[in-house]
Amino acid sequence: MKQERPVSSAQQEFTFTRRTMFVGGVQAAFGLLLAGRMAYISVAENEKYKLASESNRVNLTLVPPRRGWFIDRYGKPIATNRADFRVDVVPDRLVDQDATLAQLSRLLSLTPDDMERITREIKTAGGFQPVQIAAGLDYESYSKVSVRLPDLPGVSPRQGFSRYYPSGAAVGHLIGYVGTVSAEEYKKDKNPLLITPGFKIGKDGLEKMFEGSLQGAPGAKRVEVTARGKIVRELTTKEDTPGKPVQLTIDIDLHNYTARRLGTESGSVVVFDTLTGDILAMVSMPCYDPNSFSDGIGRQEYKWLREDDHKPLLNKSLQGLYPPGSTLKPMVAIALQQNGIDPEETVYCGGGYRLGNRVFKCLGTHGAINMPNAIMKSCNTYFYAMGNRIGYDKIAPVAKLLGLGQEFDLPFPSQRYGTVPDSAWMKKKYDKVWASSDTLNATIGQGYMIASPFQLALMSARIASGRNLIPNIIAGKRKAPDFLPFLPEHLALAREGMNRVVNSAGTGARSRLPFPDIKMAGKTGTAQVRRIEGSQRGQSGAWKYRDHGLFVCFAPVEEPRYAAAVVIEHGLGGARAAAPVAKDVLTFLYDREKAMAALTALEAGWGGTIEERMARNLANFNAPPPVSALASVPVPASAPKNEPTASAANATTGNSER
Amino acid sequence: MSSIIPAPILGLPWRVIFILTALVCCGATVLYSAAGGSFTPYAGKHLMRFALYLAMAIIMSRLPLEFWKKITFPAYAITLILLIFVEITGQIGGNSQRWINLGFITLQPSELMKPVLVLATAWFFDRLPANRINSFDVFLPMAGLLILPCILVIVQPDFDAAIVFAFCVIMVGFLAGLPLKYFLIGGAGAAVLAPLVYFFGLRPYQQNRVLIFFNPESDPLGAGYHIMQSKIAIGSGGLFGKGFMQGTQSHLDYLPEGHTDFVFATMAEEWGLVGGLVIIGLFYLLMRWCIQVSLKCNRRYGKLIAMGMTCTIFFYIVINLLMAMGLFPVAGIPLPFISHGGSSMLTIMICIGIIMSVDRHPGTRQGQFG
Repeated sequence: MKQERPVSSAQQEFTFTRRTMFVGGVQAAFGLLLAGRMAYISVAENEKYKLASESNRVNLTLVPPRRGWFIDRYGKPIATNRADFRVDVVPDRLVDQDATLAQLSRLLSLTPDDMERITREIKTAGGFQPVQIAAGLDYESYSKVSVRLPDLPGVSPRQGFSRYYPSGAAVGHLIGYVGTVSAEEYKKDKNPLLITPGFKIGKDGLEKMFEGSLQGAPGAKRVEVTARGKIVRELTTKEDTPGKPVQLTIDIDLHNYTARRLGTESGSVVVFDTLTGDILAMVSMPCYDPNSFSDGIGRQEYKWLREDDHKPLLNKSLQGLYPPGSTLKPMVAIALQQNGIDPEETVYCGGGYRLGNRVFKCLGTHGAINMPNAIMKSCNTYFYAMGNRIGYDKIAPVAKLLGLGQEFDLPFPSQRYGTVPDSAWMKKKYDKVWASSDTLNATIGQGYMIASPFQLALMSARIASGRNLIPNIIAGKRKAPDFLPFLPEHLALAREGMNRVVNSAGTGARSRLPFPDIKMAGKTGTAQVRRIEGSQRGQSGAWKYRDHGLFVCFAPVEEPRYAAAVVIEHGLGGARAAAPVAKDVLTFLYDREKAMAALTALEAGWGGTIEERMARNLANFNAPPPVSALASVPVPASAPKNEPTASAANATTGNSER
Repeated sequence: MSSIIPAPILGLPWRVIFILTALVCCGATVLYSAAGGSFTPYAGKHLMRFALYLAMAIIMSRLPLEFWKKITFPAYAITLILLIFVEITGQIGGNSQRWINLGFITLQPSELMKPVLVLATAWFFDRLPANRINSFDVFLPMAGLLILPCILVIVQPDFDAAIVFAFCVIMVGFLAGLPLKYFLIGGAGAAVLAPLVYFFGLRPYQQNRVLIFFNPESDPLGAGYHIMQSKIAIGSGGLFGKGFMQGTQSHLDYLPEGHTDFVFATMAEEWGLVGGLVIIGLFYLLMRWCIQVSLKCNRRYGKLIAMGMTCTIFFYIVINLLMAMGLFPVAGIPLPFISHGGSSMLTIMICIGIIMSVDRHPGTRQGQFG
């Protein structure tokens, strides 16, 4: 129709009809378009959208496998799993992080230390990695969070298992601890299990070394969830496969007792089975509580551990190196006999040994003294004289045969192996000629000679059994170890010397076992931390400059069954600090009640058990009590602050690096 | 009107009542499921409102066309006042409230404005002498009718409503016989203006809606989420659906607004393509009846209002379904007779009531061909 022509109403009606038909047609076209579109979506693309709808509806969550237990030689648990309730957050899914954390803090009464850890972990976590808010919750706290879930996006409360070490701090260095997977670890292995809330891997010690067999296989749970993450119902569940247990040679009761017996001291005790080389106890105290490490440790608690001069973060059994002092004398005695020295030959001890124009002092004036009595009295003069006669190059091989300076294939991530010096070593390391004075120092376990408590215990066990014992930490049947290339009478004499130390008029006479029929043989040792200057002998003054106390022993004397080494850092002397510990530990092996009675009396004086003391110390660290209150709280001897790390202390321990 | 009992009943427009009842029953079924298997809070109210509005529409059908002419401008004025009223109360309350709560119903004045604008535009073109239709100044009254309501809804801000207003007025103009060239030029102009409006006329959230429409996957957790979830609901329903009360998208809250804007997706998930085609078929029957009424009517005014109302209803249907199937950006427009919501159903039933009135008063043929 031409618009310019005049329009009649009839034409308008015609236009209306035509345009109505057009509009109707357009509408019908839209109808067909919609029907077609719907058919396309619901039939042609049905598979795709069905899948999308299922992946909306069904949430597949991995169930972290229960970790394999650590059990002791009798099957008692060392590390287990505890059913608990926990709350995690996934940082990426948090909508309002501050508000959510504030609410969680209120609901779960979190401490500032917790909050600091959480915010730090949220920052370092990969965003998709869950960060633990709290674990080990009771049902009430768990449900407090659960019911508020719709208002707390990104928060996931769940029931799971957490690692539990019934012995607490006593097994920290032995077992290690577990922790959440770090962002770097996840980058290496993009296993979704690693970022499942509640999943932990071994971070140190045996937990780390046996990760493969402890881990197990995860289960899976399919649940129907709403858009807001609320679980409607469980669809199917596949059980997890728990990790395999690892049985250790440890006697956990003995180990726990030993840890408690060390009390407030900083030290280490290692106990061997002299028949098999099994490690029955390997204690290093003080120690962190692996339970709190596994829960994610707060910065303040970590600071407390790091600043403690008793070094709770160091496994002294394997990583602590000490001059062994006089504990080496039985070993030297074997070497002397091998090199033709008659044990009955005497040396006159007038209080020291003159080498050139220098006098090397003895602690006493022993007169004419033979080999077994020189061990008994720990006469330096005798060993200076005889050692100098054969030379240290003849002694060092015996030391090595007994395990000193040797490396052992133990499943611990970090070990230090000490030094057995000789002329070749001197040449290589310092390009110096071995001097007689070096022999004298090494003979009495000072100077370059350095060993770990573990090695000292092994030395004692090898002397006691005469066998080339190979240390084991994992339980299992092994064939009896071969004999060492020593004559039985040479070993017998060393053992007799050690017997006299305890059971005759020796240095360890105060530490006899409280049994008429079972006797312990041993050797005390006192190791200087710094060079003797003037009259100072390391017997007084600041804690960190005091002498270390050492003791090696075995029992029973006649037919040795157990051997041990005790090292008490800055304990002043072996007889005074170390031998009593060895006595109680060996007593425990024969009569638990007697040993417990001794311990109970001691712990009353120390201010309670390990847990009680640690809790109090941490509380004091977090909020130091006023000075007046301090006086009434028993605290372990502490070193003066603000002193530089003593270079003097390194004079004797400085060559420990290997 | 005859006072003998059977006659009024027989005289009821049974065909459309049947179509509407079928649609509303479909709606009630879906709403029953959307409420988790309960008549409260949606399905029961839905049916009751329909009964009430159907009675209202039947009463409206008895009113002669002159009545609609008479009330057109009072209704326009009252609706304008209501729009101003919600704007003021909204300002005072600090929120962009678009409705008035009357207790038994929340009244949305912008909804009522749509049939009123159709009436007003039809009134104008009915009075316009046939030979004046080609003169350009006919646009002035059309613009005059639109300007105030549009300003009032745009400041709310409810841009969608302004577009519907314009659509109602232009459709009536088109049907009244405005020269085709204006529409061709207007269409070309819109194509040029659209980008300009997009960049300068739309608020950021509206721009965002358009962007996401073109690529819903770009924002699966934000605004694109609605479209995605709606398509998933429809697509996963397949041919016959997951079964009554078995929809997971709606029952597990993945589908937002499953009882209002996305009610079609809720339905399609449980009843599948078959259910969707039944609904589309019923709408087809409704539209066919409406168009037949306007074609049968012998009076220009009747034709214009019937067809104008038809287009208004159609606009609701098509925009909602296009949106549910991911062919149109998210717009808060409900699906007539299926979606829960009183205000839009009132509007639609007013439209239906007026079309019924046209149906009942077709007038006698007039003009030279009569």
